[in-house]
Amino acid sequence: MGQFIQQLINGLTLGSVYGLIALGYTMVYGIIGMINFAHGDIYMVAAIISVTVITLLAALGISAVPLALMVTLLVVMAFTAVYGWSVERVAYRPLRTAPRLAPLISAIGMSIFLQNMVQLTQGARVKPIADMMPGQFNLFTFDGFTVFLSYTQLMIIVVTVVLLAIFTYIITRTSFGRQQRACEQDQTMTALLGVNVDRTISLTFMLGAALAAIAGVMVTIYYGVVDFAIGFVAGLKAFTAAVLGGIGSLPGAVLGGLIIGMLESFWSAYYSPEYKDVAGFALLILVLMFRPSGLLGRPEVEKV
Amino acid sequence: MSNQQSHLLEVKNLTMRFGGLTAINDLSLGIEGGKITSIIGPNGAGKTTFFNCLTGFYKPTTGSVQMNHPEHGALLLEKMPSHLVARKASVVRTFQNIRLFPNMTVLENLIVAQHNALQKASHFSLAGLLGLASYRQASEAAMEKAEMWLTRLKLRDIANMPTGNLSYGTQRRVEIARALCVDPLLICLDEPAAGLNPRESAELNDLLLYLTREHHKGVMLIEHDMNVVMKVSDHICVLNFGNKIAEGTPEQIQNNPEVIKAYLGEEEIEDTTEEEAA
Repeated sequence: MGQFIQQLINGLTLGSVYGLIALGYTMVYGIIGMINFAHGDIYMVAAIISVTVITLLAALGISAVPLALMVTLLVVMAFTAVYGWSVERVAYRPLRTAPRLAPLISAIGMSIFLQNMVQLTQGARVKPIADMMPGQFNLFTFDGFTVFLSYTQLMIIVVTVVLLAIFTYIITRTSFGRQQRACEQDQTMTALLGVNVDRTISLTFMLGAALAAIAGVMVTIYYGVVDFAIGFVAGLKAFTAAVLGGIGSLPGAVLGGLIIGMLESFWSAYYSPEYKDVAGFALLILVLMFRPSGLLGRPEVEKV
Repeated sequence: MSNQQSHLLEVKNLTMRFGGLTAINDLSLGIEGGKITSIIGPNGAGKTTFFNCLTGFYKPTTGSVQMNHPEHGALLLEKMPSHLVARKASVVRTFQNIRLFPNMTVLENLIVAQHNALQKASHFSLAGLLGLASYRQASEAAMEKAEMWLTRLKLRDIANMPTGNLSYGTQRRVEIARALCVDPLLICLDEPAAGLNPRESAELNDLLLYLTREHHKGVMLIEHDMNVVMKVSDHICVLNFGNKIAEGTPEQIQNNPEVIKAYLGEEEIEDTTEEEAA
């Protein structure tokens, strides 16, 4: 029982991180119908930048955790948003009217480029940071097993829920969200109504990158180590989460993330950690067999 | 004759070629504000291509399209990206095959068209998030304008329905209402009467006259329905194979032998050539 609750908490934490990254996939897919395979590496870049920022802040003697956290988040989000913007500008915008496969290949190229760039400039070694938010709530003890919720875990879960709420509000209620949904349905017509489509798409990429940045900072603080290769697997998992939840749907992305995260942590605890990836992807295949548009996705109805 | 006074839209020597095909050949035309100008011609005459050149879809091979905007001065439409054609030059168009946002409600479709005013007030959605007064005012103004056109086009009852579920004639009206929400000086309608029943078509006539007479909007119309064209047009331009073959008032056009030939064909001549060939 204690073990079960503990795995639930761990799974929720891991799932929240996947969910945050999946939000970026789903938003970009929503607006230009393209899988941004470089998104996982944007998250990796954010994690690497956060190591630098956190180390720098510690060196400057800023030790108040809330202040350091806010500064880190803002700086990393700003830098990562610039990355997101550049990736779109360089690798996708010139291919806007090309066949669908072209931007996809360009995205994979961008992903490899970012990985190698970080490897070359930052080195391939694992980068550690000191634990920024030590401490935990000991929830209860059951059969000698103490269930705990660390401050970092709590932060990750809360931040994810808050961000999901904010982004759902932005997409459904604000002027920017309306533009975005219009672009999603008919870019040409949206432009003819006076909406700057290029800018809307750029902004979407920047927002997606900012979400990945938040995930990157959280993970850096949670695990305490990052390297140049973390983007690939995390990106793949988050992509799976987005598809599982129904790509294009924001709550779907977070739901998919939570399911994958919990499946992984339970599978590792009760069965075998080696096969946790198999479990996640097998679930994806199963869900897609019965619900091709994902759990919360809207089925595409083609009018003839 | 087109240079005597300054027109709202001035088309000068416009030519559009696709490879070897000349879709529009050396077309010059002046469009006046507050008037209805119809572009007619048989299928493939280059009418829709002409609209596409106006709204930034195609870059014309040669020639220019100049909008004489009362606030922004002379603007060359062929040099502008699509979104500025609407935003700055105040020219909007509708499509032959309706292009609404099917997953949005009627009202939302109309609000998207007013996004520029909203965007300015919203400061990247922040003001909207915080519920600032400036944004509330802008969004109230947008709602008011949307409501006005919804009422005028009898769409009020269905304002909150997704447009994808509406009937064809209603979708047409929504599309026109949405175009009007951009506050255009010139509105280009591509076959707005296609698929409308006689009653709807008569309502469209009234609406077009109302827009030009009461709101002083320039209307450019591509239409095959001669009941609409001859009843409402102030000026008609006839295209055939990309060439302007006639221009004038409805009476002049109806009696123009070139136009009759273009529409009814040159049967006798064709028959004889065929016989000769045989």
